[in-house]
Amino acid sequence: MAERELNFGEALNEAMRQEMQRDPKVVILGEDVAGGADVDHLEGDEAWGGVLGVTKGLVKEFGRERVIDTPISESGFIGAAVGAAATGLRPIAEMMFVGFMGVCFDQLLNQGAKLRYMFGGKAKVPLVIRTICGGGYRAAAQHSQVLHSLFTHIPGLKTVVPSTPYDAKGLLISAIRDDDLVIFFEDITFGGIKGSVPEEDYSIPFGKADIKRAGEDVTIVAIGKMVHHSLAAAAELEKQGKSVEVIDPRTLSPFDEDTVLVSVEKTGRLVIVDESHPRCNVATDIAAMVADKGFDYLNAPIKMVAAPHTPVPFSPPLEDHYLPNPQKISEAALGLF
Amino acid sequence: MDIPKDKLLWIYERMQLIRVFETRVSTEFGKGKIPGFVHLYAGEEAVAVGICANLTDADYMTSTHRGHGHCVAKGVDVRGMMAELFGKATGICKGKGGSMHIADMDKGMLGANGIVGGGPPLACGSGLTAKTNGTDQVTICFFGDGASEQGTLHESLNLAAIWKLPIIFVAENNGYAESTPSHYHCSVENIADRAAAYNMPGVTIDGNDLFAVYESAHEAVARARAGQGPSLLECKTYRHYGHFEGDAQTYKIAEENERYRTELDPIKRFTDAVLARGLVSEAELTDIDARVNAAIDAAVTFAEDSPFPEVQETFTDVYVSY
Repeated sequence: MAERELNFGEALNEAMRQEMQRDPKVVILGEDVAGGADVDHLEGDEAWGGVLGVTKGLVKEFGRERVIDTPISESGFIGAAVGAAATGLRPIAEMMFVGFMGVCFDQLLNQGAKLRYMFGGKAKVPLVIRTICGGGYRAAAQHSQVLHSLFTHIPGLKTVVPSTPYDAKGLLISAIRDDDLVIFFEDITFGGIKGSVPEEDYSIPFGKADIKRAGEDVTIVAIGKMVHHSLAAAAELEKQGKSVEVIDPRTLSPFDEDTVLVSVEKTGRLVIVDESHPRCNVATDIAAMVADKGFDYLNAPIKMVAAPHTPVPFSPPLEDHYLPNPQKISEAALGLF
Repeated sequence: MDIPKDKLLWIYERMQLIRVFETRVSTEFGKGKIPGFVHLYAGEEAVAVGICANLTDADYMTSTHRGHGHCVAKGVDVRGMMAELFGKATGICKGKGGSMHIADMDKGMLGANGIVGGGPPLACGSGLTAKTNGTDQVTICFFGDGASEQGTLHESLNLAAIWKLPIIFVAENNGYAESTPSHYHCSVENIADRAAAYNMPGVTIDGNDLFAVYESAHEAVARARAGQGPSLLECKTYRHYGHFEGDAQTYKIAEENERYRTELDPIKRFTDAVLARGLVSEAELTDIDARVNAAIDAAVTFAEDSPFPEVQETFTDVYVSY
């Protein structure tokens, strides 16, 4: 079937549209996912289609019964999405920014993530929560966070961090079809990223990393936007005679340990790039896993490139200093030789 | 409102089943047979039973940490409940939930809840499911006076109102949030007064009067089934025991406690009323008492005789697939 160039948001939009066509139990809810509810002159059409326009056009096709604008009540509507999932719908909830998870954390931590276990396996929560993450938009401390590590820590949740339009579509389709609660992270700066995406629906399995670039001398495991920074670093390192393998785990829970271990066995060197804060993040988790299961493969210490242990600053020079970038990644990799 | 005789007998049996269950749980907890925390419902039976007498198994319910009574009223098997409290493999949640997380999806019972105010958003979810699927299922959202101060309740009242969800929010005002009296923690005398802020009917009733609860619930359930949206029903009641087993209850007023255990007791009031009006006979009630006592004895024996879960069970039921 045909492939076209789509941007990241278009790929996500197509995944939702196709799943909503396939399964009438799939509904979308969130703040301004259509926008303009009850505004007569819109005649049911949307005002926004999501704050970044990712759900654009869906209300027109599926109606306001299935594309549901919520009040700004994160605990209320995330909890409602959990309850709806437990009773037979397959909701996709949009949490505008990941920082707003702070408002509704109980409904995830103590309700959604735990219902199945507490009920002895007799409930399931087939819910996807899509949320915007990441720095670089000059959006300051509450709107720029990378919190996938927090959610990866919690049993009962799955965490997905796509880096390309192709992965975004296939992983979102898998997330919608999955019977567990999935948190799906979308980087705020990905609007301009384009890539080849098949027209038909397809799913990418969870727990299967993708080798975004093959190499021999050093392994870089990179999450989300860090994949692109790492590929840029790899191109630079190539000029200096270093062959870099870039691994994109794509899902953090479940996590594909084997692909990382096989790569480190080959290269003997590991850099992990994570835009999270450096303490107890996914990079430290991967480092611990490799130290435990792949210690004999290593020819050098494991290096981590992360954001510092500070909130995200607003002022552009400060934020630029804060964020990982290709240069920091190259330096970390070269330090291993 | 006349309640048919078979329903009156069902109501009596469910109220007694809760009372004897809770009394026995207190005893077994005292003997060290039940691990963890238990929060007993005795004294509030007319609320759960008066509401649930209007429901079917297809209707949903969210509950609280004080959830045993809600479960029994919704028809959850008392053997599975008792085994769950004992932490046994035969428990309704395979021993993984315990007292604060008893659930039975087959009965629409979406779980007791260890978080005060945790249930109302979930109730909006089951309400949304019913509305989306076009069924006439209603959701009962039980919460205590303590939870009426949680933001989640207020968000949920608003969501249910704007989406016209088929939910009956039932405030079980037993006078105390843990040890703190409701006249201290609540800005209004009646929690149901807050319904006005959410543009829904709000009624405050004597929650120890089974007939009052049944009647108000009947109306609210009919309204919800007809697609007319949510209601808030406040039932003033009292718990015979402490917040949890082990609570010395120094905050309670002795005479008040005594009155609620005697003349204001909901089961006594119901029994006196149905006998005085000749609606049922003493012999019929005595028969039920015998059945209830036998059922609870059997539940305790079942729980005691059941094995603990295998340790491998620790690792199951986290995900559907991983």
